[in-house]
Amino acid sequence: MVDDLYQETILDHSKRPRNCHPMEDANRKAEGYNPLCGDKLKLFLKVENDIVKDVSFVGSGCAISTASASLMTESLKGKTREQALKMLERFHDLLTTDTPVTKELGKLVVFCGVRDYPARVKCATLAWHTLKSALGDAEIEEPVTTESGE
Amino acid sequence: MSTLTSVISAGFDVEKLREDFPVLKQKVHGMPLVYLDSAATAQKPTVVVDAIRHFHEVDCANIHRGVHELSQRSTAAYEEARLKAKRFLNSHTTNELIFVRGTTEGINLVSSSWGRKNVKAGDEIVISAMEHHSNIVPWQMLCEEMGATLRVIPMNDRGELILEEYEKLLNPRTRMVAVAHVSNALGTINPVRQIIEMAHKAGALALIDGAQAAPHMKIDVQELDADFYTMSGHKVFGPTGIGFLYGKTALLNAMPPYQGGGDMIRTVTFAKTTYADLPYKFEAGTPNIAGGIGLGASMDYMTAIGIDKIAAYEHELLLYGTEALSQIPGLRLIGTAREKAAVLSFVIEGIHPHDIGTVLDRQGIAVRTGHHCAQPVMDWFHVPATTRASLAFYNTTTEIDALAAGLKKVKEIFS
Repeated sequence: MVDDLYQETILDHSKRPRNCHPMEDANRKAEGYNPLCGDKLKLFLKVENDIVKDVSFVGSGCAISTASASLMTESLKGKTREQALKMLERFHDLLTTDTPVTKELGKLVVFCGVRDYPARVKCATLAWHTLKSALGDAEIEEPVTTESGE
Repeated sequence: MSTLTSVISAGFDVEKLREDFPVLKQKVHGMPLVYLDSAATAQKPTVVVDAIRHFHEVDCANIHRGVHELSQRSTAAYEEARLKAKRFLNSHTTNELIFVRGTTEGINLVSSSWGRKNVKAGDEIVISAMEHHSNIVPWQMLCEEMGATLRVIPMNDRGELILEEYEKLLNPRTRMVAVAHVSNALGTINPVRQIIEMAHKAGALALIDGAQAAPHMKIDVQELDADFYTMSGHKVFGPTGIGFLYGKTALLNAMPPYQGGGDMIRTVTFAKTTYADLPYKFEAGTPNIAGGIGLGASMDYMTAIGIDKIAAYEHELLLYGTEALSQIPGLRLIGTAREKAAVLSFVIEGIHPHDIGTVLDRQGIAVRTGHHCAQPVMDWFHVPATTRASLAFYNTTTEIDALAAGLKKVKEIFS
């Protein structure tokens, strides 16, 4: 049933998103946009010595995309760039393949219900797409959209 | 509301009509399907499916080509559809009805063919604040190419165009006024007769996007005095990929072809090609023959029910739906025009339309969520998106009750 999608943790994070504020001393930023539903997200990162020291976001979106951004920020702190990108890959697999749910993803496994809602995968991955561009080497001029790549 | 229900059921046998739509009988996620997305695409009655099947099983051949029996049958069936469209839209002749892929192509045909020939630097094109992207982007592209300016008629809080402001936009540089007959995102029925008259007084032409009007009301291009009127088959219970562009004969004759190819020529040599007469000048290549035949069947089907009856029934449904949704705390209707087609676009405080759409879907209820290809409308109302329930004559008050109950469930989950 629909409760498999909207698990308690997701509802909690969508109503009370964590790390939801701009960050003045961020050294990496990126914007994400889902043109299909109008979800917008701005991601702020403070990366020092290749380690994510702090991360926050602002934006407007559905419960899934807001909760996904909130939970992502919680799980990124203290991770190296490489670990963060690896996590992105695992998260993407969780949503789009039948791979067994692993403990590595921690709290993020609450999103496994999204598998059964293909139309909502982009909502859950918007924050992660944005992360990828924030961690990229190039200076990002254009907002990353869920309609390009992958 | 019970009195309203009896008024509705008295004059219109909706249960009998629903029998014509096999698709409506299914269950979705274990619940009876409640299809409230007809403004995106309408469902197809059996007569339309049968007409397409008959073409493929019995008459299939290319049109306007062969002398053989099948080619003559398919040509006759396809041209018969054009005749049906003439009656449906009340045009003067069939020659001014061009088969197109749909409304979008109809608008692009005019903006490309008429526009490139007639619009110069400094000219102005007027559209409205509630246009679908398909009646914005082609004109924007034309303006960019020709150095012309796009002007926009504003709307009020109800989602009605402000005609006093429109009047001020018109001037001797105005070449074209392109406006939706009915707004897909808001349901507003625009006073297009008056809008066209005002355009003509200013010396401009008028194109009406009829995609959302044709399923709901009688269209009379002569009475409207429209220069161009365009519509999509799939919104009027016909197939996708087919529609009509109506244009006044003199205008169409003066326009260069839109695409080159077979069927649109009279003679071809490597030195010069002469073009076919209307309507074929604008119909290059083998068209969507089956689609045209299916569209003809759907127009007949609507006419047989009675378009006035459809309009009256849908109006009652709209009143019923408006009342039902207005009772839900925190729900705000987007688009409350006094003249409105059966579209219920709304937002609920604190709940994103996509979440509403997903929860409703799991209850078998199909609605559209998003910006409805009308991002400027969303910006104007300061919402990122809305949920839209769009009705057709096969919908019932029971289905509206299901929507209201579904929204209660949505509120329970996200409260």
